[in-house]
Parts: sequence; C-alpha cells; structure tokens
Amino acid sequence: MAGPTELRSLQEDGQASVPTAVGSFRVRVGRSLWNAFREMSWPTKACASWLVLIVTAAIFADWIPGLQDPNYQGFLFGKGKTLDPPSMEHWLGTDNVSRDILARVVHGARTSLIFAGGVLLCGLVVGGLLGSAAGFLRGRFEAVVMFYVDVSLAFPALVFFLFAITMLNTRGLGIMTVAVAILIVAPYTRIARANSLSVSNREFVTAARAIGTSRPRILVREIIPNVYPTLVAYSLIVAAVLVILEATLSFLGIGVPIPRASWGGDINMARRDIAINVWPMIPPILALVATILSVNVVSDWLRSNAASRSSAL
Amino acid sequence: MPAENASTPGTGPVAVSAGSPLLRVDDLHTSFHVPAGEVRAVRGVSLTLDRGRTLGIVGESGSGKTVLARSIMRLNIGGNVSTSGNVEFEGRDLLDLPLKAMKNLWGTELAMVFQDPMTSLNPVVRVGRQLTEHVRSNLGASRGEARQTAIDLLREVRIPDAEARLRAFPHELSGGMRQRICIAIALACEPALLFADEPTTALDVTVQHQILNLLGREQRERQMAMILVTHDLGVVAGRTDDTIVMYAGKVVEQAPTRVLFTEMRHPYSEALLRSIPRIGQRSHTRLSAITGRPPDPIDIPPGCPFNPRCPYVQQKCREEPPPLVAVGDGAGGASHLAACWYPVGTDAGRDAFARNLADRLPQTVVVAEGSEFAESAAANAAAEATAANGSSEGGGA
Repeated sequence: MAGPTELRSLQEDGQASVPTAVGSFRVRVGRSLWNAFREMSWPTKACASWLVLIVTAAIFADWIPGLQDPNYQGFLFGKGKTLDPPSMEHWLGTDNVSRDILARVVHGARTSLIFAGGVLLCGLVVGGLLGSAAGFLRGRFEAVVMFYVDVSLAFPALVFFLFAITMLNTRGLGIMTVAVAILIVAPYTRIARANSLSVSNREFVTAARAIGTSRPRILVREIIPNVYPTLVAYSLIVAAVLVILEATLSFLGIGVPIPRASWGGDINMARRDIAINVWPMIPPILALVATILSVNVVSDWLRSNAASRSSAL
Repeated sequence: MPAENASTPGTGPVAVSAGSPLLRVDDLHTSFHVPAGEVRAVRGVSLTLDRGRTLGIVGESGSGKTVLARSIMRLNIGGNVSTSGNVEFEGRDLLDLPLKAMKNLWGTELAMVFQDPMTSLNPVVRVGRQLTEHVRSNLGASRGEARQTAIDLLREVRIPDAEARLRAFPHELSGGMRQRICIAIALACEPALLFADEPTTALDVTVQHQILNLLGREQRERQMAMILVTHDLGVVAGRTDDTIVMYAGKVVEQAPTRVLFTEMRHPYSEALLRSIPRIGQRSHTRLSAITGRPPDPIDIPPGCPFNPRCPYVQQKCREEPPPLVAVGDGAGGASHLAACWYPVGTDAGRDAFARNLADRLPQTVVVAEGSEFAESAAANAAAEATAANGSSEGGGA
C-alpha cells in the first residue's frame, strides 16, 4: 500500500502552478495569406501568382478596358484585321474573325472558373452533406444514398453527358455544369461517408453524446467539420481535372456553344487555320497548361503544409 | 470461511443510508455479439450508490469496468450490443427509457470524463465553443452568459489565463490541460453522477495526481456522486468511499475502501495489490505480476473465473462459481462482500494455499517465492551493502 500513500504525500494543490507556455504558442491557422505566400518557393510563388491573376481577371473581365467584349469583331467596323500579330492595340493579336485574343483568353478563364467552381460547390455541398449524414446516421438513409452513388459511379459519364445534351437539345455552360455536377456528387459522397464513418467512431463523438448533444448537432458540429478538410484537399485535385474537362468538351464541340469564349473552343477554332497562322492557338493553350500546372503545384503545397499542421492535432 | 449467504446480490455495501439510492444497478449483463461468438463483457453486476458518495471500480484491462460504466449511461451503441438487467437512477429505469429521454439526462444528470483527453475533444473546434455550445444548448443560456460560465468553469478546473484559453484548439493544450477541459465540460451542467472512466491513464504521474485531486474536490464541493473507474488500486485508495473489484465481468469483491485495503478477501484483489511496485523496494526487485492472462470473454472458464490463475485454487473453484456473499467477520461487517470459496485471510484460504504449495502448483509457488525472494533479497543486499561500505543504500528511491 505504499503507492497511494506516496501519491497523497505530494502537494495537495499542485495544479495551481500549471505552466503557461501555451500562451506563447503561435496560432498558425489564423496567420495572414501574405505570410503563407512568403514561405513558398519561387516556382510555387509563380504558380500562386498566376492563379490569383487569372481568377482576378476572370472575375473582373467585364470591367477591364478593351477586354469587355470577347466577341467584338473589329474588322466588321473597319477597325482591325484578322489573324493580326501582337501589337499595342491587341496585346495578343487577333483571331481569324478579328476578335482580340487576350479578351478571349480572359473570358475563357471565366468560363472555366464558373464551370469548375459550380461543379466543386455542388460536390462539396451536396456530396459532402449526403456522405457525412450517411456515415453518421447509417441505416436506410445510408443504403439509399450509397445505392445512388454506386449506380452513378457505374454509369459511363460521357454517355450520360451526351444523353443529357441530346435529350434537352441544347448546349451551354449551365447544362454542362449541372450534368457534370450530378456525376461529381457520387465520389464526394463516397469520400465523405468513409471519413464520416471513421470520425463517428472517435471518442469525442461519444463524449459529445455523453453530455447530451443532439444527433443533428453532433452531425453539424462534430462530424462535418472533421470531414471537410479531406473533401477540400480532394477538390484541389478535381479542380485541375474539371478545367481540362471543360476544355476537352468545348474542343470536341459538345461543351459551351461557339460564340462563347472557352479555351478548348478557341483552340478548336484556331486549329482550322493552323496551316495559315499557328499563333491564335498558342495563348489559350498556354493559359490552359499554366492554370492546370498552377492548380496542381499550389494544391501540393497546401497539402504538405496542411500535413505538417495536422500532425499537431 | 464463506459465511452465510448474503440476502440478495442487489444489496450492496453502500445502501446503508435511508431513502432510495441515487443509482441502483441490479444484475446488469452486457454482451457484444461478434462473429467469433458472444463477448460477455459484464455478467451480472449489482451495485448501489448514494448521493454525494464515490465508488471505485477496479480491475485489469478487459474486466468489463468501462463497458459497465458505458452500459449504465447507455453509451454503448451498435446493433451487436445487448444489455439486460435493471439500472435505476433517481427512481427511473434507464434501460427502459427511450434514447430521446436519455438525451435529457446526459450532461445534466449523468456525465462522463473519458480516458484519453487527446481523443475526447473535437480537434477542429476551439475549446471555448465546445464548452459554451454545450452550456447554451443544455441550460438555454445566452452567448454572453455561456461565455462567462465557460470562463468560470475553466478557472474552477485551474486553467490559467482562462479567457485566452477559450480561443485555443485542443492540439495547443497539453494532456493535463485537455483533461481539465474535459472535466469542465462534464461538470458544466451540474450532473448528479459523474463517471470518470480511467481519467488519468493517458497522463503523466504528476498530472494524474492533480487531476484526481481536482475530481475529488469538485465531487465534494458539488455533492456529486462519482464512479471512478481505474485499473490502479492506488488511485482508488483514499479517494473513494467504496470499492468494487471486477474480474471477467463480475464483481469479485466489494467493500468500503478502507476495509478493502486492510482485509482483502478475494485472491484477485490481493494479487492486484501485490502487483503494485513499492517505492520502499530495492531497485531490481522482481515485480510480482499475476501469472497467466485474463480469461477470453467469449470462453470464460467454468466455476470461478479466476481459478486458472489463483494461488488458492481448489477443485471446487473449477466446478462451482462462488456467489458474492458477505465475509462479515472483520471490520467491514455485512458490507464486505467477496466471491470466493476460500477467501484470503481465513482458515479455509490458508489451508488451500498450504495444500497448493505442497502440491507445487505453479502460481502458488510463484507467490510464495515472491514474498520469500523479496525478504531474502533484501537481507542479502543489506549484508552486501555493509560489506561494500554501505554506499549502495537507497537504490529504490
């Protein structure tokens, strides 16, 4: 019985002297974006800058002087030439119908952004919520949701897409976004459910139950915040794929319809005149490659940084 | 000698005071159905606990103590769990209540502090919000009131700079601090009964002491009943009014803590106590572990579950399970119960031990040699020390 005696002989109120070293702990989560940027290596910096530039340009395209209208054909008004090389007036030259290529690239970025953003948002919100709820609630709800996911993943995506635009007899950014969004919900749901299952079994969920937290509140407060980091990391990978997908579909002529600016569509247009002038094809291709590369590099950087932080969790 | 049969298994040692007890558990069974068979984690436990009292539940890993606590609180979930028996809390049968009604008891009447503070806080939510949300949803306090309550609670559990700590994420706090937060959350709604499920197992020894003192102080100040689950007899000593020793899902000994430590009756309790290393021992003293391992909960041996490891084991122990009966010839009186045919410290027990020693039963020999070894080693060492100028003194400190 020496053990307990020894324990009791320690000072009764030792807890008053808990060290306050935690006070100096740097809260890394809340630090500014600028600091994050300064820590990047220079290729990462370049990629991050490109993404900021292209996204800003896409958002403000309608207000940038000279770039407001991607479909303005100067030669119709005797003000421009077709297939013009770069000049002070048209920084990236003009295409085969004398549209400003820079304006096309900027507005093409907007098309990509709307498409990728819309699809990702849908995946994160619908897929994330469905999957989190399915993994936490289990039972019939989970069975129904996962049945939808299995069917959706088994269905050939391109066939579904062609079916949709054929049946609706229309093409456009909206229908393309909705169709792909319907398909993207499935993998998001699956990932969210897997994470939700593992989070649901962790002790802090039991602890939340033990203090009387209601099930909906546990789902919202305990499960979902722990599921979303994974989904966001996944979104960064998917974003690059979506940019390529939009370009591919538009290049094939089943994406956004012709007059609308799109990198893939513009590459396809320029392809016809490739024997005469290869230039109009170059800017959209470079924009496409740079954007995809940047997304991948930045997502890599985010992942390695997030990993070093989550090790402290 | 096993005395007269105690009245009913439900009459625990604690139910002495008048009025109905806060908690009465009667013949509680919990099983998990797994592909390999039925894991019988709790096999007929009965206990009572009065308001403001503390009860220690002791046993090694797998003895069913955590499952018992979670069964009482009905926190075991999943389709493969089955619980039977009676759990009466403030006159209500908890096992019959719908889960919706349980939700109103969790937090406000029953609360639990978990074993590992590393995993029992949500890693992505600031501790302040984990505290205040709970206060707000259960007590209907406003944002400002809840914040003040949270700060008060953190001060109460001795967290320095409480206001700043509200903004911290769990990973920014040490294990002891996290356990303090968990205790603060459990205490937030003034529960009548607090389960502390091995609250110090994941912590440093010095912090363990602080946390146990904190729990003890809160328990006294709030007149709260507490069930302290632990595998460490040292934790229970001096901190609980009564103690239950569990083995293979059953209560093997039950007594007021003071009585238990002065006159252990069950060989398992004795073995547990013997296996605590003593600071007075010389360094390099062999630790006396309990030979063998706990029984497979799917395939519990017939008779007394401890019989394969017991130094006092007789043929009867292998055939008939001993009932939990009063061994009331000592200071504990009728409140000291043990489930053993040959209790320690009685003539029957001494005879059994002597017979086994004569038969060279391995576990008996180990125990006998252990005590001899310790004595002779100490004597030898003392002799050596004198020979070597007495410089090797105090090696065990």
